Amino acid sequence: MTRKTRRLWIVIACLACVGSAAALTLRAFSSNIVFFMAPSQVKASPPSPDRPIRLGGMVMAGSLHRINENGTPVNAFQVTDGQAAVEVHYTGILPDLFREGQSVVALGTVQKDGGFTASEVLAKHDETYMPKEVADELKRTGKWDPRFGKAPDASSWDTMTAKKAGG
Amino acid sequence: MFGPEQGHFALALACVLALVQFAVPLWGASRRDARLVGLAPYLAVSQLIALGYSFLCLIMCAVGDDFSVQNVAANSAVSKPLLYKITGVWGNHEGSVLLWTLILAACGGAVSLFGRNLPDILRGRVLAILGGVSAGFQMFCLLTSDPFERVFPAPMDGQGMNPLLQDPGLAFHPPILYTGYVGFAVPFAFAVAALIEGRVDAAWGRWVRPWAVAAWCFLTCGIALGSWWSYYVLGWGGYWFWDPVENASLIPWLTGTALVHSAIVVEKREGLKIWTVLLAIATFSFSLSGTFLVRSGILNSVHAFANDPARGVFILALLAIVIGGSLALFAWRAPSLTSTGLFSPISREGSLVLNNILLCSICAVVVTGTMYPPFMQLLAGRTISVGKPFFDAATIPLTLPLLLAMGVGTALPWKRAQLARTFSHLYAAAGIAAIGVVLCFWRLSGIMPIACGALAIWVIAASASDVLRRIGIGHTSPRGVWERMKNLPRSSWGAALAHIGAGITVLGLCGMSQAQHAIVEIHIGETRSLGGDAWTLLDVHDYIGPNYKAMQADLAIRHNGKLVTILHPEKRDFTTQSQTTTEVAIHTNFITDLYGVIGDRHGTGKDTTYVLRLHRNPLAPWMWLGGLVMAIGGAFSLSDRRMRIGAPKRAAARNMARA
Repeated sequence: MTRKTRRLWIVIACLACVGSAAALTLRAFSSNIVFFMAPSQVKASPPSPDRPIRLGGMVMAGSLHRINENGTPVNAFQVTDGQAAVEVHYTGILPDLFREGQSVVALGTVQKDGGFTASEVLAKHDETYMPKEVADELKRTGKWDPRFGKAPDASSWDTMTAKKAGG
Repeated sequence: MFGPEQGHFALALACVLALVQFAVPLWGASRRDARLVGLAPYLAVSQLIALGYSFLCLIMCAVGDDFSVQNVAANSAVSKPLLYKITGVWGNHEGSVLLWTLILAACGGAVSLFGRNLPDILRGRVLAILGGVSAGFQMFCLLTSDPFERVFPAPMDGQGMNPLLQDPGLAFHPPILYTGYVGFAVPFAFAVAALIEGRVDAAWGRWVRPWAVAAWCFLTCGIALGSWWSYYVLGWGGYWFWDPVENASLIPWLTGTALVHSAIVVEKREGLKIWTVLLAIATFSFSLSGTFLVRSGILNSVHAFANDPARGVFILALLAIVIGGSLALFAWRAPSLTSTGLFSPISREGSLVLNNILLCSICAVVVTGTMYPPFMQLLAGRTISVGKPFFDAATIPLTLPLLLAMGVGTALPWKRAQLARTFSHLYAAAGIAAIGVVLCFWRLSGIMPIACGALAIWVIAASASDVLRRIGIGHTSPRGVWERMKNLPRSSWGAALAHIGAGITVLGLCGMSQAQHAIVEIHIGETRSLGGDAWTLLDVHDYIGPNYKAMQADLAIRHNGKLVTILHPEKRDFTTQSQTTTEVAIHTNFITDLYGVIGDRHGTGKDTTYVLRLHRNPLAPWMWLGGLVMAIGGAFSLSDRRMRIGAPKRAAARNMARA
C-alpha cells in the first residue's frame, strides 16, 4: 500500500461520508424545517395541514377553556398578535409557566377549519421574557415599540385593532 | 478576610499572574532560557491559588447573605437552603464565568503537578497557552461581568432563585460539564505548543491522550447528568430536546470522541498528526463557542444573557483571537508536520480513520442544524426552527455505520489486517447480534430503532468477545486466563467498557423510542390502563412545604392485579415567586420507568377531576447508565500505567540530543 493509494482511500471514504451527510441534511431540511408564523400570517395564508409550523403570540386573556373529549382533557385558547387570533387546541398539561396574557409558542399543524392543533406548547422560563419571534412580530405590526416601555397587555390588542378599524 | 473586595483583588491578581504566565515562558522558550521557562509551573499554581481564593470569597458572600453584593442580591435569599446558596454561586452568568476560569486555572495547576515528565520547554509553552486563555476570560470577568460588584443601598433580602433550578442534579451539573468543556483546553494548548515547536511525535500523542480522555469523561458525565435532569425535572417525559444549548455540548463531545481515537494513531503509529492537532483545536473552539456563543444571545435560547452588548462584543473578540489565532498558526505551521506510519485501509488505523470521518460528519450535521436557523434569520429574515425530526432523520443513518465499525474496529490488528481472520474472531458476536435482530423485531417497531438496537447489541457482544478472546477464554487454563487478565493493559479494558457503554446508551435510546404516554382526566378512584398496567388515582391531598404549597397524588400501579408501586407526583406552588413546579414521580426497575405527573385540578366536590400524565418509558435508565459506563471506561484507561508514565526517557534523550 503506497502513500498515494492510502490517500485515495481516505479521500473516497471522506467523500462518501460527507456526501451522505450532506444529502441527509438536505433531505431532512426539505421536509423538517419548521417555519414560525404569527396568527395574522396563518389567517392570511394557511399552510397545508400536513406541514407543522410554530405559532407564536400572546394568549388572549379570558380565552382559556377546557373541553373533555372522552376522558382526555383538551385545552383550548386563543393566540393573538393583535391582528388576528387563532384558536389553539392542545391535549396535555400546559406548562407551569403558561399564563393568559403572556407569550407562548405552540408547535403543531393548522387544521382545515382554520383551528390549530398543538403537539407542544412552550412558555418561557421568565415571566417578563417574550420569545424573540413574538417580539419581532409585535414590532413589525406596530403594536409595540420597545422604546416606549413594556409590551402592552395582550388582552388589549384585539380591541386596539377594533378601535382602529372602527375609527 | 473573605470579603468581596478581597475577592475582587484576588481576581485581578490572578489575571495579572495569568498574563505573566502567558508571556514569560513563551519568551523564555524562544530564547531557550531554562530559568524563565521553569517559572511557568509556579505561576500556574499561584494563579490557581489566587483564583481559588477569589471564588471562595464569592461563596462566603453568598453563604453570609451579603446582599450589598449585586450578584448575591440578585440570585440568593435568606430563606434559601445552604446547599443552594453555595451552588447558586455558579447558577448565574457572573459566577459561572468565574467558575469557568477557575477550572481553567485548575487545568494549568494539574499540568504543573502531573506533567513533571514533560520536557520543560513543551510544558512551559502548554502552560503559557493556558495562561493566555485564562487571562482573556479573567479580563472578561473583571471588565464586563464583575461578580463582586456592590449595590447601594443594600437590599434587606435577595430576590431568590428560580425554584426550577433548586435541584441537586442541576447544582452539580455545571461544574462537571464545565470541567469537560475546559478540560479540552489542555489538548488545545498541547496542539498549539506542538505547532509552535513544529514537532508532533508518538510521545506527544502519549502526553495528550490522558488529558483528552479525562476531559471526555467529564463531558460525557455532564451531558448525561443534564439529560437526566431534564427528564425528571421538566416533567415532559423527554430527555433531549435538540435545544442549541444541548447541541453546544454535543458538538465538542463528538469532536472530542474523535480526538480521543485519533490520538491513539499518533501514539502508536505516528500517523494522522495534522488531523489530530486540528481536532484538538476544533474541540476546544467548539467548547468555547458552546459555552459563550450560545449564551451571547446570537443563538435564540432560554439561556441567553446578552442584554449588555459590551459582553457580546468582548466575547466575540475573545473567540476570534483564540480560535482565529490558533487556526492561523495551524495553517502556517501544519505543513511542516509529516506523518510516517503507513497502513492499509483494512487495519486498526483504517477503522480509526473511519470513526473520525463518521463522527465529524455527524458533528457537521449537528452544527448545520444548530447554526442554520440563526443564519436564515440574519440573512433572509425568516424565522425558522429545526427540531427533533430533522436531527433524527439526519444523524441516525450516519450512526449506523459507526456502530457497525465499532464492533469490527477493536478486533482489527494494526497496520494490515486479513478480513477472513478478523471475522473468524467475530462469529460469536455476530451470532449474538443475529439473536438481537430477532429480539429487536419482536420488541421494537420502526426500521431505525430495530437497526440501532441490533447494532447496539452487536457492539456490546463484539467488545465483550474481543476482551474474552484476548484473555484467552476457551484457549488457556483458568490460571492462564488470570495471568492474561492481569497483563491485559487497562486501556484495553477501558476501551471495551466505553464501547459497551455506548451500546447500552443506544439500546436505551431505542427503548425510549417505544415510550407510551397518556393524558387523562379522571376522578379519584378511577382507573386507566397504559401499556398493560392499570393506573389508579387513590387520593389527592394538599400540604404546606417550607416555602410552597403542594398538591400530592397517590397513584397506584397494578400489573395483572398485583400492586407494583404507589407513585406520589406533586405540583408545588411557590407563592413568593408566583411560580409552580412539577415534581415528577418515577418508579424504575431498570428495565422500565413508570413516570407520573399531576396537572391541574378542576371542578368541586364530587365532580372534582384531576389531569394526569402517565408515561411508560422502556429502558430509559440505560441511556444515562451507558453514559456512566462510558465515563468509567475512560477513567479505567486513565489508570493505565502507560498513560500516566508517558514516555519520559525517550523525550529526555531527544531533548539532550537537541540541546
